[in-house]
Amino acid sequence: MSTAASSSEAGPAGSLKAQLRRAERLRKLKAFGLVAPLALFLIIVFVVPIGSMLWRSVDNTELESVMPLTTAGLQQWDGMGLPDEATVGVFVEELRDSRQGGGLGRISRRLNYEDSGYRGLLMRTLRGLPSVSAESGGDWTQTLVDIDAAWGETSTWLGIQRAAPATTDRYLLASVDLERDDTGQIQRVSEGERLYQAVFQRTLVIAGGVTLICLALGFPLAYLLATLPARTSNLLLILVLLPFWTSLLVRTAAWIILLQSNGLVNQSLMASGLIDSPMQLVFNRIGVFFAMVHILLPFMVLPLYSVMKGISPSYQRAAVSLGAHPFAAFWQVYVPQTVSGIAAGTILVFIMALGYYITPALVGGPADQMVSYYVAYYTNSTNNWGMAAALGSILLVVTLMLYLVYHRLVNRKQLIRN
Amino acid sequence: MPHDTTSKPSAHPSTPLIRFDAVQKTFDGENLVVKDLNLTIHKGEFVTLLGPSGSGKTTCLMMLAGFEVPTNGDIFLGNQRLNSVPPHKRNFGMVFQNYALFPHMTVEENIRYPLKTRKMPAAEADRKVADILGMIKLGEFAKRRPTQLSGGQQQRVALARALVFEPQLILMDEPLGALDKQLREHMQLEIKQLHEQLGLTVVFVTHDQSEALTMSDRVAVFNDGVIQQIDTPSRLYEHPANAFVAQFIGENNTLSGTIESVEGRQCRVSFGEGLRTGALIGPNLGAGDATRLSIRPERVKLNGSARALPNRLQARVREFIYLGDHLRVRCELAGNDDFVARVPVDDFSSGMQPGDVIELGWRDEDVRALNAS
Repeated sequence: MSTAASSSEAGPAGSLKAQLRRAERLRKLKAFGLVAPLALFLIIVFVVPIGSMLWRSVDNTELESVMPLTTAGLQQWDGMGLPDEATVGVFVEELRDSRQGGGLGRISRRLNYEDSGYRGLLMRTLRGLPSVSAESGGDWTQTLVDIDAAWGETSTWLGIQRAAPATTDRYLLASVDLERDDTGQIQRVSEGERLYQAVFQRTLVIAGGVTLICLALGFPLAYLLATLPARTSNLLLILVLLPFWTSLLVRTAAWIILLQSNGLVNQSLMASGLIDSPMQLVFNRIGVFFAMVHILLPFMVLPLYSVMKGISPSYQRAAVSLGAHPFAAFWQVYVPQTVSGIAAGTILVFIMALGYYITPALVGGPADQMVSYYVAYYTNSTNNWGMAAALGSILLVVTLMLYLVYHRLVNRKQLIRN
Repeated sequence: MPHDTTSKPSAHPSTPLIRFDAVQKTFDGENLVVKDLNLTIHKGEFVTLLGPSGSGKTTCLMMLAGFEVPTNGDIFLGNQRLNSVPPHKRNFGMVFQNYALFPHMTVEENIRYPLKTRKMPAAEADRKVADILGMIKLGEFAKRRPTQLSGGQQQRVALARALVFEPQLILMDEPLGALDKQLREHMQLEIKQLHEQLGLTVVFVTHDQSEALTMSDRVAVFNDGVIQQIDTPSRLYEHPANAFVAQFIGENNTLSGTIESVEGRQCRVSFGEGLRTGALIGPNLGAGDATRLSIRPERVKLNGSARALPNRLQARVREFIYLGDHLRVRCELAGNDDFVARVPVDDFSSGMQPGDVIELGWRDEDVRALNAS
């Protein structure tokens, strides 16, 4: 009895669900169709490049692709003495073949990261190899040692062995001034070679400083814009957006002209008698802050303005009517309601500032270059894509971690939207 | 012209608390938003400033709160001139149109805010907040945020926040405007009860005449920057000082006519084509003046009920509107085809059809001859 009842109830209920699914399917398809072009675009220009960047930071297939048999043989080797005769023979064979198709350039560049002597060693070896083939010769190890004594040392072969696996953490380690020693232990690089920890620190300091200055300058401006009558505030808003009408490069170059030793700023300061000799305002940290704050300020003002625009002036009036001094009312009642705008503005400016490249490169000195400069350097000048990708990946991870911490802090404070 | 400004209910001891003395206000230097305001508010009184939007009522409230400065004239609190006292030192509780509850604070923190600004010791503040939360029956919502409450609950929190520091005056700026009809009527009674229980002095701004009549001891009807009449609700309704007040308060039929003769408070008025009626004469009118007659729909009687009345007129029925407890009969009378009689359903004889000619009647005392302008 009860089963019959339940099944008769389940029947219509099930068909109702099926009907709902059918009715919703078309809607879902439409929605999917609307976002599909953008999704495809994002996958092609965003997800794939970032994925490939992350991959390149650990990619180590140069040696394996040119010398597949040698790398296989070396991975069997226990790292004591010298590799066996068969492996050395294969190595000579593959070294000879690498001259065709650019393989030699790839492996010598890769091996040079292990030790800068490898390129010369490989060139000398190729020149010194007898033109006979492997079968006729016999003892290849001896032949190599005869050409260059380095082939008789274990460390030479160990370097090649380290470069052999398909993936490596050397770029990521190098990006934070770490390396593996001969035994595979992670250690800090020698004092003189440490660079990137300072670069990352500098990047965060510059981005953080720019963000704070933007907030200090942008908050009062946004407040003014939000409280002025619509006509005046619209005019001012156009002025805020005006810089977007010229290219970033032009604006940056303009700062060089303004701030240089005989530029407008220095000349006015000297004419007014405030200083006797020109101040160094450009090609140093000051110039970087000037130019970056100027460029990024609208990204702080706009989110703040949009949030402040939605805050009714009656809140402050209410606080004042309840006995709060106008300053206290502003601080206790108005500012907390702008938290979401402050959060959006600071995170936007900070993340944009982290990736700045052109501006510090033009108006900064050597000690003001940020991570992006080194990424560009490795990509354009030395073709070390592994290093470029590793620096980029670490910057990405640092940014994501900061964002998560920030998100959590702001959410705990905010709670307005609950 | 202000009329009867001195009349007030005898229920309150007449201790003047607030006095507006010849106050004027202009925002642009050209138009006066408030023209010449003289108003005295007594202790314990519930005074409503009623008027259409742009009539100057909210500006008056804002001047009282201290958010606007009078262009001319003075506002006094007792004997103290208020003009130069900043709003945060006036010690008035204020309830805003959209409550203005602080969204980043809980209900409890909102109510505690005025006590915090007064640096009240924590234990005392705790007690007061708990008391008032109990009074508005929102004790269990203390830890919620305002956005998690319904409109009526938010309204009560706003009220509690304005009351908790025991201000000498409560200002309310259309506080019930955002609520639906039923809740609004409920809150009207609740505010009225609080006023009586706690002996509050309240200045209430609204554009809703029924709200003003329900709650107030006295109502000041604003139009065009001037108080048209300030009076008790019943006198405002029964004895409007001019056509604007008659039109604005309650429903009203108007007929244009000319005063033929005056006898004391009574007069004879001719209107339409040879029609006449007796009426009470309004201020500043005499024989020969053009006038506007004002008759409340519920004072107009129909057919049989009209038979014994001194003024009887023929009218053509245009429409019947059935409203459950009463019936609205729209007629054409002396060229006015929107003349409404409000009659009990029992008086309705089922034979009547739109287009029929019926007899309307009223007493002389139910008609007021007012200024035509």
